[in-house]
Amino acid sequence: MIWLGSDRRWWIVFVAPSLTMLLVFTVAPIAAAAVLSFYRWDLLTSPEYVGLGNFIELAGDDGFRAALVHTLTFIAGYVPSVMVIGLVLALLLNRRSRLSGVSRVVFFMPVVAAWVAVALMWKWMLNSRFGVVNWVLSLVGVEGPAWLFERGWAMASVIGVSVWKDAGFVMILFLAGLAAIPAEHREAAFVDGANPWQAFWRVTFPLLTPVVLLVLIILMINSFQVFEQVWILTEGGPLGSTTVVVERIVKNAFSFGRMGYAAAMSWVLFAFIFSVTVLQTRFQKRWVHYGA
Amino acid sequence: MVFPFVWSFSTSLQTTETLLHVPPQLIPKSPSLDAYRELMEVMPFARMVINSTIVTVVVVVLQVVTSALAGYGIARFRFRGRHALLLLYLGTMMVPFQVTIVPLFIGMSRLGWLNTLHALILPMVASAFGVFLFRQYFMQMPRELEEAAALDGAGPWRTFWSVAFPYARPAAATFGILAFMAAWNSFLWPLFVARDESSMTLPVGLASLHGRYQTDWNLVMAGSVIAVVPVIIVFAVIQRHISAGLLLGGVAK
Repeated sequence: MIWLGSDRRWWIVFVAPSLTMLLVFTVAPIAAAAVLSFYRWDLLTSPEYVGLGNFIELAGDDGFRAALVHTLTFIAGYVPSVMVIGLVLALLLNRRSRLSGVSRVVFFMPVVAAWVAVALMWKWMLNSRFGVVNWVLSLVGVEGPAWLFERGWAMASVIGVSVWKDAGFVMILFLAGLAAIPAEHREAAFVDGANPWQAFWRVTFPLLTPVVLLVLIILMINSFQVFEQVWILTEGGPLGSTTVVVERIVKNAFSFGRMGYAAAMSWVLFAFIFSVTVLQTRFQKRWVHYGA
Repeated sequence: MVFPFVWSFSTSLQTTETLLHVPPQLIPKSPSLDAYRELMEVMPFARMVINSTIVTVVVVVLQVVTSALAGYGIARFRFRGRHALLLLYLGTMMVPFQVTIVPLFIGMSRLGWLNTLHALILPMVASAFGVFLFRQYFMQMPRELEEAAALDGAGPWRTFWSVAFPYARPAAATFGILAFMAAWNSFLWPLFVARDESSMTLPVGLASLHGRYQTDWNLVMAGSVIAVVPVIIVFAVIQRHISAGLLLGGVAK
């Protein structure tokens, strides 16, 4: 029901708690970050207005550019892998009418566990001398690399561990999407003589594209903010080959005391996330099918 | 999927002597709780568990309640600026948390709130996503449910608590578990404001444990096990109430 008459005024009671907190702890800081990005400030001396200085410096900052490239590399490896694996898992499990509680917990253990804890577990397993991964490899006569400390392997390891952690999450979203597709559609395809492969690509996948887009948008937004696994697993190394944007923000704000510069970086990160999200919704008409 | 957890648990039962044994043992020959005992000695680990618990419980309860209230307010009242308000929530959802983190950190340090639990809690209370999810849910709630309560003379406040909020239990469970995971596992913000052992939460404590005891993997794994077990238990208990379909709907519209 819609509350009318004297009850109408209650809206403010309902909205106020959340809105107050949002304004004070989210909206105001966003505005402050915008102002801050035009200043140089180490928190000790008074802030100094530098105009676009921070952004100009950022454009020529090799360390930041490298971090941006590493972030994009991570995205390029992680997003397609986790989507494909999540989708395959969902298709395999879709046959069963309902996912049992146990299998839900099994697939969701990596998802619900803290990144820090999970990253430490993998750091130990990927230890070059005493790690279980290299021990298993040694059984088949392969000498495993120092996964997290070799240039060629560090980012690949970060991507692999991230895919392992998030596959269950992607799977559950796809399962929900698959559940919404009426069985008759697939059956009709089989009646027409399609094999399962054709039925998937001609019927299931097109009907699933709205969910695919949604998952893609969520994953892109999250993976631009990749940080914790890198911070623990490789600490940005070896030789800075896995530094990422958020890590640069943390270092500049914290270790170098460059508040304005860090704020400017966070706006660049937002600009990337925003434009990618807009582009994805723009181009959705090309491949997303709405309405079965 | 589960092997890393099993392996870490097994490692946490090793002693420093058997830890680097080759070949590694999945089932420790002489399992010991030494690592857990030592953990309590080298770091105020109990304190961290308590901190994490307090922060998580308070954040989850406040997030669920404020989001449900606001979601209901937007869904069931017609007031000026309703659409603008919805846009404001939607807009903040697009801005990554990293943008707010530097000003928040400065603000907290000016207020002298660094290394306090409320510095960890307050910025997390409002959830745009939660407001959205609950609004969606209340939009499709049959109006007759509340009308019956209103006929009995209940106003909006009582109707919300006696009819609407109980009806939204699936939304509360789904959003609640997400909020719980995010709060319990949160690392970036606590890394900024909770560096002191008195206010440290588990993830930050773990990271610093790893920093100090680089090679004592049994110790580090014992800490990881302690950090991971509560979330898995909570998830296992609550998982049947979680609806991924709801999640999709909440994000999609």
